[in-house]
Amino acid sequence: MKKKNNHKASYITLGIVILIYAAVFIAEQTIPSTSMLFTVLKKGATYALVAVSMNLLNGFTGIFSLGQAGFMLIGAYMYGIFTIPVSMRGQVYQYFDGGLVQFTVPIVVAMILGGLAAAFFAFLIGLPVLRLKSDYLAIATLGFAEIIRAIFQWNGLGPVTNGSNMLRSFPNFNDFNITDAQGNVTVYLSTLIPFIMSGVCILIIVLLINSSYGRAFKAIRDDEVAAEAMGINLAHHKRLAFCISSFFAGVSGAMLAMYQTTVQAKSFTSAMTYEILLIVVIGGIGSVTGSVISSFLFVACSEWWLRFLDEQQMIGNFQVPLLRNGFRLVVFSVIIMIVVLFFRRGIMGDRELWNLNFTGRRKNKEDGK
Amino acid sequence: MSSLLKVTDLVVSYGGIEALKGISFEVGQGQIVTLIGANGAGKSTTLRTIAGLVPHKEGRIYYEGRDITDLNTQKIVESGIALVPEGRRVFANLTVLENLRIGAYLRKDKGLIEEDIQYVYDLFPRLRERSWQLAGTLSGGEQQMLAVGRAVMTRPKVIMMDEPSLGLAPLVVRDIFSIIQTLKDTGMTVLLIEQNANAALHACDFAYVLETGKITLSGTGEELLASEAIQEAYLGKSGR
Repeated sequence: MKKKNNHKASYITLGIVILIYAAVFIAEQTIPSTSMLFTVLKKGATYALVAVSMNLLNGFTGIFSLGQAGFMLIGAYMYGIFTIPVSMRGQVYQYFDGGLVQFTVPIVVAMILGGLAAAFFAFLIGLPVLRLKSDYLAIATLGFAEIIRAIFQWNGLGPVTNGSNMLRSFPNFNDFNITDAQGNVTVYLSTLIPFIMSGVCILIIVLLINSSYGRAFKAIRDDEVAAEAMGINLAHHKRLAFCISSFFAGVSGAMLAMYQTTVQAKSFTSAMTYEILLIVVIGGIGSVTGSVISSFLFVACSEWWLRFLDEQQMIGNFQVPLLRNGFRLVVFSVIIMIVVLFFRRGIMGDRELWNLNFTGRRKNKEDGK
Repeated sequence: MSSLLKVTDLVVSYGGIEALKGISFEVGQGQIVTLIGANGAGKSTTLRTIAGLVPHKEGRIYYEGRDITDLNTQKIVESGIALVPEGRRVFANLTVLENLRIGAYLRKDKGLIEEDIQYVYDLFPRLRERSWQLAGTLSGGEQQMLAVGRAVMTRPKVIMMDEPSLGLAPLVVRDIFSIIQTLKDTGMTVLLIEQNANAALHACDFAYVLETGKITLSGTGEELLASEAIQEAYLGKSGR
């Protein structure tokens, strides 16, 4: 009986996803491209990917890592370094004689390179670090991200990373728009393309989670000792989850570079990792759907809906108290506390879009914890 | 009898303290063999060492005549030794079916897995009813069935059970022991450790008594049940 529902649920999920993509495409052609909506959608798609990748590790494998910003940084830099047009390199690397790298690779190849580089670093750092448990692992990965940030700003690596100067002039999301000979945009794709990139990556992660590997990850999360007794090689599977998660963090780093149009190491702070962790927690640890939904909510709130909190607001002649630069973050912190205190399971708990019951009757009773 | 599993002079120590001080025993093909003993006698350590979860200090473990002492857990499970860990330890956030599939994780014969799932469901009809339920929501007895079923999914020749009756109601304990008998009837070899000495001795073909890391007595179930020392120490004087 459940089997039949499964099929139906997958079709409905597929339908919803197609509808969303169609809506994005139509919105892009009809709404002026300067609207905040597109900023939110582009950044939301980027964050959705990194949040899901973090969820794969923290929610599905039970490895509490805080190195996401570091892996995104690696991905962003790899993307920047390999896609800046050769003709622009003299300008970008003005203090380093145009830099060392004097060729470019296609965008997709550069993104994958970014992911692979991040996964490679994850492999190296994982050798010592994955022996640690919970908090210690979090501290070690956090430290790693900080070290990476420092190294990429080091002048000695300047010919490759441009030191503490920013990388720019590489292809960004707006370059996906199709233009006519006069340079006027005929078809807007600058939002749809990041959606597709994220969508493909998230689909791969979902397939992984539902494979036998994913089951092994979840078994490790639930009970390491029993998983080991079943013959699951703990070290191997943890390393695998860590590298895969980092790969997709790297890819999303490349997307973030495209979104920002510039890359600078100093912006990949641990605060960024906390933002992502927040998204994962609000969405529901162990729910891909939750991470995706909360990414868009989070980005919309921080970039758009809650912006008014940072400015002085007048209602008639009355100046609303407290509202000033930075107050948004206070409100955010309060929201987090409320979520953690009263909605500990997040928006989705550990359910997914495809195991919600669309017929209205709820079969799986929540245990209410 | 031919011995399927043979342990010789096994010494295991945790940070200087010897939990096992050189024990030797054999488990014959198709038998139910039990290790009984009080808390801290080293029963769990014995099983965990055989499964490769705890490093040993001295001694050898032979399985089907092969030395498996230095193999890792993965290889040991693959070779046909399954452990039902103490306290059940099912994967609470996975469904019953997913738990069973984890049991078959190392198996290459994907085609036979579905068949074995049905086999486990036949052994434990209750699990079939609860196939889609999260394992954490099962009752203690059902979780124990699942833990046994999960071990059966590895297609073991030897199934090692660590205190399967722990914390279960008497009626459920009886079920568990009848399951153990069923497993034996299907040709499996069972190495059972129990605090419930009475039930274990009635069920077993051969038994060893473990006291603070040493084997002090051994014999068939009937022999030990009749032994005065055992009656006094484990069964209570009036124990039948």
